[in-house]
This record gives sequence, structure tokens and C-alpha cells, in this order.
Amino acid sequence: MSQIRIGDLIPENQLVTSGHLACPGCAAPLGMKLALNALGPETIVVLPACCFTIISGPWPQSSLQVPVFHTAFATGPAVASGIRAALDMQGKPDTNVLVWVGDGGTFDIGLQALSGAAERNENIIYVCYDNEAYMNTGIQRSSATPWGAWTTTTPARFPEASPKKDILGIMAAHGIPYAATATPAYPVDFVEKVTKAKAMRGTRFIHLLSPCPPGWKCGDDEGLELARMAVQSRVFPMLEVEWGTRWRLTMEHAGDPAEPYLKRQGRFRHMTAEQMGQVQREIDARWERLLRRIEAEAPASV
Amino acid sequence: MKKVMVGNHAVAWGARLARVEVISAYPITPQTQVVEKLSEMCADGTLAARFIKVESEHSAMAAVIGASATGVRAFTASSSHGLLYMHEMLHWAGGARLPVVLANINRAVGAPWNIWTDQNDSLAQRDTGWVQLYCEHNQEVVDTTIMAFKLAESLNVPVMLMLDGFYLSHTAEAVDVPDQEMVDRFLPKREAPYRLDVERPHAFGGLVKPDAYMEMRWMQQEAMREVPETLAAIETDWQRMFGRSYGAVESYRTEDAELVLVTSGTVTSTARAVVDQRRAAGERIGLLKVKMFRPFPSAQVREALTGVPCVAVLDRNVSPGHGGIFAEELRSALYDLPHAERPEVFGFVLGLGGRDITPAVIDDVIAQARAGKAPTREDIWVGVNP
Repeated sequence: MSQIRIGDLIPENQLVTSGHLACPGCAAPLGMKLALNALGPETIVVLPACCFTIISGPWPQSSLQVPVFHTAFATGPAVASGIRAALDMQGKPDTNVLVWVGDGGTFDIGLQALSGAAERNENIIYVCYDNEAYMNTGIQRSSATPWGAWTTTTPARFPEASPKKDILGIMAAHGIPYAATATPAYPVDFVEKVTKAKAMRGTRFIHLLSPCPPGWKCGDDEGLELARMAVQSRVFPMLEVEWGTRWRLTMEHAGDPAEPYLKRQGRFRHMTAEQMGQVQREIDARWERLLRRIEAEAPASV
Repeated sequence: MKKVMVGNHAVAWGARLARVEVISAYPITPQTQVVEKLSEMCADGTLAARFIKVESEHSAMAAVIGASATGVRAFTASSSHGLLYMHEMLHWAGGARLPVVLANINRAVGAPWNIWTDQNDSLAQRDTGWVQLYCEHNQEVVDTTIMAFKLAESLNVPVMLMLDGFYLSHTAEAVDVPDQEMVDRFLPKREAPYRLDVERPHAFGGLVKPDAYMEMRWMQQEAMREVPETLAAIETDWQRMFGRSYGAVESYRTEDAELVLVTSGTVTSTARAVVDQRRAAGERIGLLKVKMFRPFPSAQVREALTGVPCVAVLDRNVSPGHGGIFAEELRSALYDLPHAERPEVFGFVLGLGGRDITPAVIDDVIAQARAGKAPTREDIWVGVNP
């Protein structure tokens, strides 16, 4: 396989500085760096309560070199709507408003405000960096936590009992111009998606799988590899959806078995072979449904 | 220009004359006419503003916070459960020192459901860092809405103004609508000293550790301390330009009074009528209208009530387990007076959930206050059938 020099493909703006407070191996700062590289300095970031509240640095420091508005947990999309309206009144329609929120702030407490903003088709870009639990407060389950996972509120004897909420499906159902999945582990794909989103108007949503070594119970250097395994095993397919109807895979998915992905993470270590088989069957069924959906809603050939 | 309008439309006219740039709101009875009127104004172009029609009051307050942080003039209106739902973000606006203005149509809080007026909704927001101004009539509503922006933007504190649900929100009165050009001179376009601006990137509201959080609260408190003087100066300007002013408190016929009624909101007008009757009959009864509840105008209240033998506070609200909330605050303000000059304070709880406070009810209050040398309990409930 040929080597790709990421630096040649992605413009470098240095809008995320060193000295941020992420845990070792956290993918969120990389994700932010890639997103801001694509969006550029004319961007205002809204940060509701999430790991990035800490990562961005305490007052009077900030590791982001663009304006940042910290706000309460459930309010990212609403605050962004207000910023957007104010920018429009000020004659600044080209300033990007980026809402950067964790899975708890998106799947759970912030879902109402997100649905409201999406229904109004607010001209904002929303990135949910999903580490699959409330990591900042010490690894409690969220509705983004996958079935069978250990967290501090789903102990190994009674692990997570619900499947991960289909947030992309929910957002696509709003008929917004753009919804996609991505991960910092595939930086070119992610930057292409942000770049595409940037050129559009309306609510643009990106669901970013963001490995968390302390929460996933993996090595600090394993996160990105695990994210790639999640994609290649179809646990977390790389997708984009335009206007809620045109679904498309954005890369080849090898269809690797899920078991190695699960086994390398302490949060799944308690799983039996039977349970891993159950996960695999669910992945396969979901993949089939996805392919049918892509085919059914493919743009008619002209 | 004189127009006949209900209180809710007076709010909308005030916001329009203040040239608000971003509005965000969610409908709730009895506030709905505010958002309906503002929607019409935005639609017909008489108000150049963006109106964000959000999915909840929590988001309404969040949206005006975002807009205000970006440097524009932002406005919202709510009532009762809507205001309670905003509570978290009211704190955020206060702490972030954003000059948002909110009109709250006072309405009782459930359970059980009740859509009529009392003040428990706004008084539950006492400690959120907002200035609170209670209006008596629709002229005061228009004027106060505009002055609220001037006050908020002078000190970077959010301001909420209150009007009684239905008694004011849905009652039509003649209002002298201030001239737009004069309002523009009084209240120029907002110049935000700090704002979200890609040319000058700053982070707002990030984590502050114990070594500095308290200093930020101190600065907020200092701004609150400046409110009475700043409001007085703003009202002086308003008086000069428009010939009207209201004051944080207003003493009405309190000279040589043996008994002073203390009121807020529309019951003030009823009490004025009762005071006039009693004065005509030679009785030494006066009235103190408390318009500003936060910051509590302790100095003005002390000045107005020092040496008055008896004070009867009419509270259209209650703090369960304590008493009427204005009475509590008033007692606290009077505590430092020398004993000989400190009034006996009778705290009356009445008019909850929209129960009418008629002249007869106020007569009953006066009779009860006169009957006892000192109150036998903190809260005397009027007209309740136990």
C-alpha cells in the first residue's frame, strides 16, 4: 500500500495549538484540528458541556485560535442559531458557525435543540464527536453506548442493554442538506466531508467516531487503529446523506469480522463468544438494511 | 402618537422601538400576543429583526444568549413554566453578563395548572443575576421595555420586565407611543465591548477555577450595585425627552402616613384608588410601589418607610414555608433601622393564581393591619377558605 502524506492533502491552519488538555490518545483534538483546517479562521465555535470544555483549556487560556462560546449542555444548536442570526444581521453570512458536541450532548440531553435547529434548517455545521459514553464525567453510559459495553453505570455483569441510537438516521430524517459519518482515523475522508459541508448552506451534521482510550479501555496508541477497525468491520460505516434521501458510502468497507475490534477493548472484554456472535449478526443485518436503503434511494439515472 | 393597545402589544412596540435585531421565543399563554405581534412586525418589515422560532424556552434563552454574545440587541418573552424552563440559561445570561431583555407575563405555576397571574414564576428567578422590573400599566410597559435595553447595555446585566397576566397583558389602554427618532437618540445601536468576532478571537465562559470564579461574581455584584443609580440617570433622560418617569420605587401620598401599603404590578392601581378614598375620608394612608425587585431597592425603601408606624405588604406570591417574598425582602431592608423608626411589617399573601384583588380585599388588608399592634405570623393569607 502506498503511503499518503496527510499534510499534502490537508491545509494547515494551526487553529488548534499544543498544550490542550485532552487525555493521551484522545482523538477529539485531532478531529477539531482537521475540522478547523477545513473551515479556516472565519469560524465561531460553540462548545456545550463535553470533554472539549476541558480540552480547550481553562480561563484565561484557549487552545482554539478562533472565537469560542462555552455554553450549557443542551444548548449548542440553539446558541449557534442565535449566533447565526446575529451574524446575518451584521452582514456576515460567510462566517462559519461550528457546534462541537459530544455524544451525550447530541444523542441525549441536546437532541431536542438539535432537532429544532435541523427542522429550521439553521445555517450551522454540527459535529458530534462520539466517544460512546459520558467520558468527561467518568465513563457513564449514554444512548450512544453500544450494546454489550461496560461503563461505570453498566457494570460488566449488567452491561449496556440497548443498541446504539441511530443518530444519522434521525438527522437524515429531518431532510437536512448534509449528514455524514466520519472519523479522525480517516482524515482525508473527514476533511473532504467538512469541505463539502462548508460549501453548502443549512444544517450540516457530521457524526464523528472519536476513540477514547480511558473509556474504551485500550492503549493510548490504539484509538485510531480501533476506529479504522470499526469502519472496516462495518460497526461504523462511512456514509453521507444529502437532503435526507441520497445515501452513499464514502469508502470501501472490507467487512472484517467484528470480534478483533471488540476483543481489543477492555469495555467488551466480558463478552462471551455467543454475545460477540450476536453483535456480528446485528452488524450484518444493519449493513444489509443500509445497502437496501442506498439502492432504494439512489438518484435515478438521467 | 396615541394608540390603544393591550399590554402584550405594548411589549412588542417597546421591542420594535428599541430596534431589537434578534428575537427568539416560544409561545405560552398569556404571552402569545407578544410573539404574534413581533412576528407580524418582522413579516411586514416594520421591524428589521431575525425571529428564531425555537422548539422550547430553554432554546429561546440560549438563542438570544448566542445573539447577544455576537454583539446584537436580543429580546425574548415568556411566562410561568416557560420562564422556569429557561432557568438554567437565565443564570448563563447573568453570568456571561449579556444585556438580554426579557418580558415575562406573570402567571402562576403548576401543579395544578393555572394560567392566571401571580408572581411566583419571576420571583423564582431572583438569584439568576437579572434585574427585575414590575410594571403597573401599559404606558409603563412600553417605556420600561426601551429603558430596559439602555440599562442592560450600560452595565452588561440582563433585565426582565414583568406584567401581570391578563390584568395587564390582555387589557387595552391608551399608550403614548414614543417617537422613533427620539428613541433612536435615547438608545443608539448597541456597541458591544466584547463579542464573538473572528477578527478578535476570544473564548467566553470557559472553565474558571476557584482562584478567579469569585472575582467574576464580585464584578457581577458590583454591576448590580450600580443599577439603582444608573436606572435613575436613565429615567432622568427619559423624563426630559418624553415627560414620564417611574422610579425604582414610588411613594404615593405617604406624607404623615400611619399605614403604608406596599405593592407591585397592577394591584398598585387598585391600591391608589383605595388610598385616594381613604385620604378623602381623612385617613392617613399611603402607598409605596416597588417596581424594582432585583437589585432590591433597600435604600429607597428605607428612606420611604422610616418612621412609618405600620406597613402592609401585598404579596401576589408565596415562598412555601416562609411567606410573601416582597415582605421578606422588605423586612430585611428595614432591619437596620433604629427600633423606634422601624415599621411593624404585616405581610399579606393574596391574589394567587389570578384571584382578583379588589378594593374590598385591600380594605380587608387595611383592617387587619390596623387591628393588630404587631403581626402574629409572617404571612397573613387574605380571602383564603381553609
